[in-house]
Amino acid sequence: MSDIAKLETDLLAAIASAKDEAALEAVRVSALGKSGAITALLKTLGAMTPEQRKEQGPAINGLKDKVGAAIAAAKENLAASALDARLNSETVDVTLPLRETPAETGRIHPISQVIDELTAIFADMGFAVAEGPDIETDDYNFTKLNFPEGHPAREMHDTFYFPPKPDGSRLLLRTHTSPVQVRTMLSQKPPIRVIIPGRTYRSDSDQTHTPMFHQVEGLVIDKSAHMGHLKWILEEFCKAFFEVDQVKMRFRPSFFPFTEPSMEVDIQCKRDKGEIRFGEGSDWLEILGCGMVHPNVLRNCGLDPDEYQGFAWGMGIDRIAMLKYGMPDLRAFFEADVRWLNHYGFRPLDFPTLAGGLSP
Amino acid sequence: MKFTLPWLKDHLDTDASLTEIVDKLTMIGLEVENVEDKAKEYEAFKVVSVVSAVQHPNADRLRVCMVDTGDGKPIQIVCGAPNARAGMKAVLGLPGTYISGKNITLSVGKIRDVESHGMLISGAEIGFSDDHDGIIEMPADAPLGKPFAEVLGLNEPVIEINLTPNRPDCTGVNGIARDLGATDIGTFKDKMPKQVKGTFPCPVSVTLDFGQTQSLCPAFGLRLVRGVKNGPSPEWLQKRLTAIGLRPINALVDITNFITFDRGRPLHVFDAAKVHGNLTVRRAQNGETLKALDGKTYTLDQATCVIADEKGVESLAGIMGGEETGCSETTTDVLIESALWDAFNIAQTGRKLGINSDARYRFERGVDPNFMLPGLELATQMVLDLCGGEASDIVVAGDPAPKETVIDFPLTDLTRLAGLRLSLAEVRRILEKLGFFAAGQSDRIKVAAPSWRPDVHGRADIVEELVRIVGVDQVPSTPFPRGADARKPVLTPIQSRTRKAKRALAVRGLTEAVTWSFVSKREAELFGGGKPELALANPIAAELSDMRPSLLPGLMMAAQRNADRGYADVALFEVGQIFKGDKPEDQFIAATGLRRALAKSSGVGRHWSAKAEPVDAFDAKADAFAVLAAAGAPVQALQVVPGGPAWFHPGRSGTIQIGPQNILGHFGELHPRSLAAMKADGPLVGFEVILDNIPAAKPKATRAKPLLELSPFQPVERDFAFVVDSKVRAADIVRAAQTVDRKLIAGVTVFDVYEGPGIEPGKKSIAIAVTLQPRDKTMTDAEIDALGAKIVAEVAKRTGGVLRG
Repeated sequence: MSDIAKLETDLLAAIASAKDEAALEAVRVSALGKSGAITALLKTLGAMTPEQRKEQGPAINGLKDKVGAAIAAAKENLAASALDARLNSETVDVTLPLRETPAETGRIHPISQVIDELTAIFADMGFAVAEGPDIETDDYNFTKLNFPEGHPAREMHDTFYFPPKPDGSRLLLRTHTSPVQVRTMLSQKPPIRVIIPGRTYRSDSDQTHTPMFHQVEGLVIDKSAHMGHLKWILEEFCKAFFEVDQVKMRFRPSFFPFTEPSMEVDIQCKRDKGEIRFGEGSDWLEILGCGMVHPNVLRNCGLDPDEYQGFAWGMGIDRIAMLKYGMPDLRAFFEADVRWLNHYGFRPLDFPTLAGGLSP
Repeated sequence: MKFTLPWLKDHLDTDASLTEIVDKLTMIGLEVENVEDKAKEYEAFKVVSVVSAVQHPNADRLRVCMVDTGDGKPIQIVCGAPNARAGMKAVLGLPGTYISGKNITLSVGKIRDVESHGMLISGAEIGFSDDHDGIIEMPADAPLGKPFAEVLGLNEPVIEINLTPNRPDCTGVNGIARDLGATDIGTFKDKMPKQVKGTFPCPVSVTLDFGQTQSLCPAFGLRLVRGVKNGPSPEWLQKRLTAIGLRPINALVDITNFITFDRGRPLHVFDAAKVHGNLTVRRAQNGETLKALDGKTYTLDQATCVIADEKGVESLAGIMGGEETGCSETTTDVLIESALWDAFNIAQTGRKLGINSDARYRFERGVDPNFMLPGLELATQMVLDLCGGEASDIVVAGDPAPKETVIDFPLTDLTRLAGLRLSLAEVRRILEKLGFFAAGQSDRIKVAAPSWRPDVHGRADIVEELVRIVGVDQVPSTPFPRGADARKPVLTPIQSRTRKAKRALAVRGLTEAVTWSFVSKREAELFGGGKPELALANPIAAELSDMRPSLLPGLMMAAQRNADRGYADVALFEVGQIFKGDKPEDQFIAATGLRRALAKSSGVGRHWSAKAEPVDAFDAKADAFAVLAAAGAPVQALQVVPGGPAWFHPGRSGTIQIGPQNILGHFGELHPRSLAAMKADGPLVGFEVILDNIPAAKPKATRAKPLLELSPFQPVERDFAFVVDSKVRAADIVRAAQTVDRKLIAGVTVFDVYEGPGIEPGKKSIAIAVTLQPRDKTMTDAEIDALGAKIVAEVAKRTGGVLRG
């Protein structure tokens, strides 16, 4: 065996037995370093005759390449096993639970959600949203709405009053959102199409009444809006809101001072173990009051009843929320119990739209 | 308003079933609230006779009775009623029967060692009457084994109508029948009372004396019937009254009650022997008193209208008679009064004295003036029929004639307002059946409302009558197109802000609460409110007395309630109205939130991934800025200055403003004193933002966004750490750096704040990273260093900060 061949065997054996990068580097230095064995062989090429060089050159260079490649391969192997070894020690317990994201835990109150639903439905029918103050005058809350002074209908309202002013007048908390109808008619020229959601107050408190509740009213004033249109709008609303294909409604004549004719509206439903389904069944459930705006109200708001006419309706937001989403108790709406809000509330990104659906 | 089916049929000829009648009533606006069938309700309770009643061996107050149900096999019952005795007829409930008043179902049981096979029933135990002093005593001739309610004649369905206040005519059964008679369900039997001719002058005169004040009595009719024999009224009459919940008293009183319900015409009867001299209708003098028929004594004033004799007040006009002149079994001469009263005054007086009588109910709604005298005739005839006697002439003071309303009604109004078409013949038929007078053959008719319909004033009322009778279901549902107007946002800016604020806060993990608009006076005062004009005159409770000046107190209480229930880490918000005064412009929309204990914005509660830290002012600051950004506030222009209102921790709170004149909100830790005053535990941080105070966005001509300019050169970041006095605000250092070169410096962030070893006491180190964005060419090291030096110099100049070595 020639020296070169022996050197190759030795070096390859040393490379194979190198256990880590340092050992491998020592082998590299001993072979290819400044005073390495192969480097020394290469240096001998200069002193050789051309014939000798022709023979030895490829052999030495071949040795150099072979050993170099072997070192590189061994290096890669060592790196791979070092990585494997490192990765083996790097583990996480992927079953550890995540933190709940805020967007998952936050909640929108059912009243806000239902107001957004109402807005989506009525905006589509060309209605704007009107609002007004909670503290109202007797004139806007009653007189302009055709509640005669001393009429029994006033008593039915259980009004909250503020202390009398020096002139004897007293402000009150609006008992319905109807004063916003007055404000709208006084400030805006017909045609008018608005819905009016808001807080309302009556000094009444029991299982089904709270001193504060929410109403939404609708008002349409133009030169031709009539009861047939009113029926259609309410039918469209009920179908959209309760998300049913058909809804059977019953209009019963009734009395409100501010409308003439006046009606109460029932929708047909089926009650089953505390659950209410619309569009089926044989029970009737009262959901709203409505009517043609009383000529006196139009006159009180500066509109000529021979020229303008229209209709209005009103219903309880809390009530329709309860009917749609099945909350059994009104009082819980205002108790801010996070267990209730978490259960009956809505996720912040479940924004009601007609395109994407009102309810999540 | 209650009545029985047979009573209705006195005035209405119909073959319709109870269900059909009930449905029709509801559909013409006389909403049926309840149909009660006592015979059915009480069919389990049967008549028995008590064969024997002996002392219970082990209980002084109990008796052991043997009762016969009619089959000759007496049953043993233990009974504690004082009136249980041998020989009486009583009412028995057998084992298995539910007793509503006690909420029990009967079973065979032993009472003090003696077996009892049922229960002898008192009226109160089954909700039949208020009588709980003893068991029900049945008449001696009551047949054994029959349901007692049937024996008492309660086998007639009682219909209860939820009468709207505009329909005084339907406070009488005949008015209800007239309405039904206008529909296809039956024919109204119009029974006008006949005149009863007087045989002698009425010995008592009536004077209406209101002096210079407004009259409270348009008319008053009176007549004497002498030689009557008063006693229990006949069975049919008692049965009518009992069925609708009235107690029969004596024939004279029962007649007035009957006519009240039959015709909606309240009357009053005086025992003539107890009336002294003539009658005067007048205002009471302040301090006059009257013991009324309900046994209570009322103190009156000048706003009360009374009927007085020469001795004093004898009756509260239109509301309730006096006890002293009431009719009893001994009455032989009776004065019958039929009068008209001022509806407003009756309502006021009734409310003030707290009397809800059947008379008040009718007079405050308005009774038919044209029926004042016919009602008196009807009463006279009934008195003569039931009690005998001889009637005097009628004396009348005042004038009952009503104002007549004539309405010019174009038939087109029905189409215009209701979208409904009816023929002239149909219109006239309906109106005439309702008692209206309709004249004219063209499409424009004259309509006069009957005297019993004070609610009818104009054309819309006529439309209502027609629609009501033909049925609203006949009005065709008509599509209402939204029109050709462009689709525009329908929300006002504040509405839009409100809705965005809610979603933005919920996305940050807060839960929306809706709390009362009112708080207690003390809470209002604690949070900057408590003005007298915002305190309710009639609050429902002391803790709900004042309009809220802030949403914080309501939310703090809510957070504490949740904590008390075991939910300590709560994050709540509300977006709603607050009140700074009683004018519309003093009402603002606030967005307010609270975080409690470990409810941090980075995650709620303890978690393996991070050390559990309590909420701090920066959680609240982040919420406040999220709301402001969502609601469209110019975030770049917002300044934060230390401190806030008194309810915040002075050193750990801030105010968000656009200059000192426009404060948008506050955030921070709640003041320990506020927590103590609200009995709330911390740690508690919160914010309040007034959405109305956000400046309006400038209207944009186009929806296009400005063109995006991207620099081809890489941004360069340089870090600086400054040592400054502890009092120096980070914002001042950031601003100092920014002002050095607004074009080149694209951003400044604070990445470290340090106080402690290595830094002199009273000082702190603040480290900022400045991002430079070259636009025209890559910056050289020399240029970057030069800019760095400028930043150091500017920070030193403005804050005294020196570069940390």
